[in-house]
Amino acid sequence: MKFINYLESITGVGIYPLISLVVFVVFFGLVTFYVLKGNKNHFEKLRNLPINEK
Amino acid sequence: MELQKFQYDNKTVKMFAYATILWGLVGMLVGLIAAVQLYLPALNFSLPYTTFGRVRPLHTNAVIFAFVGNGIFMGVYYSLQRLLKARMFSDLLSKIHFWGWQIIIVLAALTLLLGKTTGKEYAELEWPIDILITLVWVVFGWNMFGTIIRRRERHLYVAIWFYIATFVTVAMLHIVNSIEIPVSFWKSYSWYAGVQDALVQWWYGHNAVAFFLTTPYLGLMYYFLPKIAQRPVYSYRLSIIHFWALIFLYIWAGPHHLLYTAVPDWAQSLGVVFSVMLIAPSWGGMINGLLTLRGAWDRVRDNVGLKFLVVAVTAYGMATFEGPMLSLKSVSAIAHYTDWIVAHVHVGALGWNGFMTFGILYWLIPRLFQTKLYSEKLANMHFWIGTLGIVLYAVPMYWAGFMQSSMWKDFTPEGQLKWQFMDTVTKMIPFYIARSVGGALFLVGAIMMTYNLIKTIKVGTFLEVEEDEAPALKGEYQSHSTDHWHRWIERKPIQLMIVSLVVVAIGGLIEFIPVFLVKSNIPTISSVKPYTPLELQGRDIYVREGCYTCHSQMIRPFRSETARYGEYSKAGEFVYDHPFQWGSKRTGPDLARLGGKYPDSWHYNHMMDPTSMSPGSIMPQYPWLLEDQIDGNSTIAKIKAMQRLGVPYPEGYDKIAVKDMEAQAKLITENLKKDGIETLADREIVALIAYLQRLGKDIKGEGLKAEK
Repeated sequence: MKFINYLESITGVGIYPLISLVVFVVFFGLVTFYVLKGNKNHFEKLRNLPINEK
Repeated sequence: MELQKFQYDNKTVKMFAYATILWGLVGMLVGLIAAVQLYLPALNFSLPYTTFGRVRPLHTNAVIFAFVGNGIFMGVYYSLQRLLKARMFSDLLSKIHFWGWQIIIVLAALTLLLGKTTGKEYAELEWPIDILITLVWVVFGWNMFGTIIRRRERHLYVAIWFYIATFVTVAMLHIVNSIEIPVSFWKSYSWYAGVQDALVQWWYGHNAVAFFLTTPYLGLMYYFLPKIAQRPVYSYRLSIIHFWALIFLYIWAGPHHLLYTAVPDWAQSLGVVFSVMLIAPSWGGMINGLLTLRGAWDRVRDNVGLKFLVVAVTAYGMATFEGPMLSLKSVSAIAHYTDWIVAHVHVGALGWNGFMTFGILYWLIPRLFQTKLYSEKLANMHFWIGTLGIVLYAVPMYWAGFMQSSMWKDFTPEGQLKWQFMDTVTKMIPFYIARSVGGALFLVGAIMMTYNLIKTIKVGTFLEVEEDEAPALKGEYQSHSTDHWHRWIERKPIQLMIVSLVVVAIGGLIEFIPVFLVKSNIPTISSVKPYTPLELQGRDIYVREGCYTCHSQMIRPFRSETARYGEYSKAGEFVYDHPFQWGSKRTGPDLARLGGKYPDSWHYNHMMDPTSMSPGSIMPQYPWLLEDQIDGNSTIAKIKAMQRLGVPYPEGYDKIAVKDMEAQAKLITENLKKDGIETLADREIVALIAYLQRLGKDIKGEGLKAEK
């Protein structure tokens, strides 16, 4: 039940932060790319969703 | 293409709107009472239920979860249906959601005033209510996702992303922070202790601000601001970046609430770095909101709702500029524990959340009741009174914070502390008075709004059946070869939720894993021993009375603090503290090394009437502690719960705990007798004295005799 140092027994737990960092960098790279290169009409359509309802 | 007819559910929106107004008034009124109590301690009425330590958590919980909470649901239920061209998934779920949330609020108000609290800020509610919150939250999510699945609009507008991220992150925060071992129906101990508890709590606390007060309201901004201004949002591209960057960065920033404390240094630094980075998405969002109005500023002049929204977004910009600044270590060193933080919070709460809610209500209520606002003039007056209220609230508190901090840090040329702590308290009184005037003005504005809206409702007829039509979505989406992967996320709510969860979980994991993993992060100190049964009972009284709302138990490593309070606090001192009680505000002095500083009789008299021992004190009186009996029957259960949490009481200790407790209580009553105070050994004051006299003593090598 004791929570202190609970995860100590997991071997190779240090890999999680590394994976996280990679996920972060890759994901943000892709989002930035998408936002810069994405279809203009598509964004325009989404942008107007709240306005176009009745 | 065949058009499908359907009806929007306006009734649930209306009910949430009413609840928002009602709880808003209650929450602000309770806040005003707490504010006045700080300079008129008589308003504590010497009753347990009306004492600041219980009233203040009621105020924060009421404003966050009752006022803003209902405001979120009002806005989500209105905008979600229209953005998705679908009625809410289930009327029954809507009903359960609405009434469930109101029951939670009522239970919260009752239990907090009765002193049932976990002692963790903004998560004070005890475990049965925690479970209820989880269930109602699931109902909300179920209803929302059901609606999304039945939608008639393929793409999810960015507001809905914010709602989904809110749902999933609040669920994660609430569950992780609320893990506790029940001792009885209304008492539990946090699973985590000391430094770890602090880290989890402020990861939660900070992200309650992020994912309860910010992301859902950003969703509302992205819907209602364009809607009311009749202009699309300035940049949809910016909103995508805003969303992902904000939810990713926010989750890391929690440790900035713990700078210069006993939390490991690397965790503090990580919190600072991400807090500073947060300014980018926050200001991206603010700019996106304000630029939506470019070329349409004339509309702000004659639309009172827009006026409120513009100030709200501006307040958001100010608060999110200040936040990163406050998380710099050198600024935090000045601002932490002072009223500066109170000012910062209220710029956000009154400006951003309050004004956003008012703006939406002024637009929504006339629309739901198919009429015009009863009085534009009155609404404009509300706008100015409210704005004045915010200024009158914030400026004195900023001033007070600076003054307090510099007085705490002032030394004479001889190297002595220049001011007694009491001097810094009495100097605050004029500022506390000014602040309560600001708060009162804000409340008066809200009352004017209530009157205005009631009049509007009386004139109008409620639009119960609002019809709309839209073509059904075709089963299969025809993907284009030019499609981007991100559109795959945009179309699929579940994917969006999962990706959001991954994004927010990363920050939490990286901060937690090492603190829970590496022993060297919490160096143990051999002289630190578990609390005796009597001290444990006293500690629970300390938690119950909300002492942490005014007193910290964390001495930072500054000369000004070690000179005033003693040796700075070490991580290893808190390993048996379930929950931690570091506090976040020093209206009164730090108590981390209180043990042995005064005789027992001093504490007895001080709790009966604080001014008798420290003239000028604004602390409430606690006469009931002298009368009420310690809940001795709970001792065994408490010791057992602590053992399950890993506190090293010897095996079978629970059987002799009561005897130990009585022995220690006898010693204290004898001590009191020497100073001419007669009291029975089973009174709460005895347990509280035992706890207060233990504080901070362990590393001095004393306190060991009590352990035996």
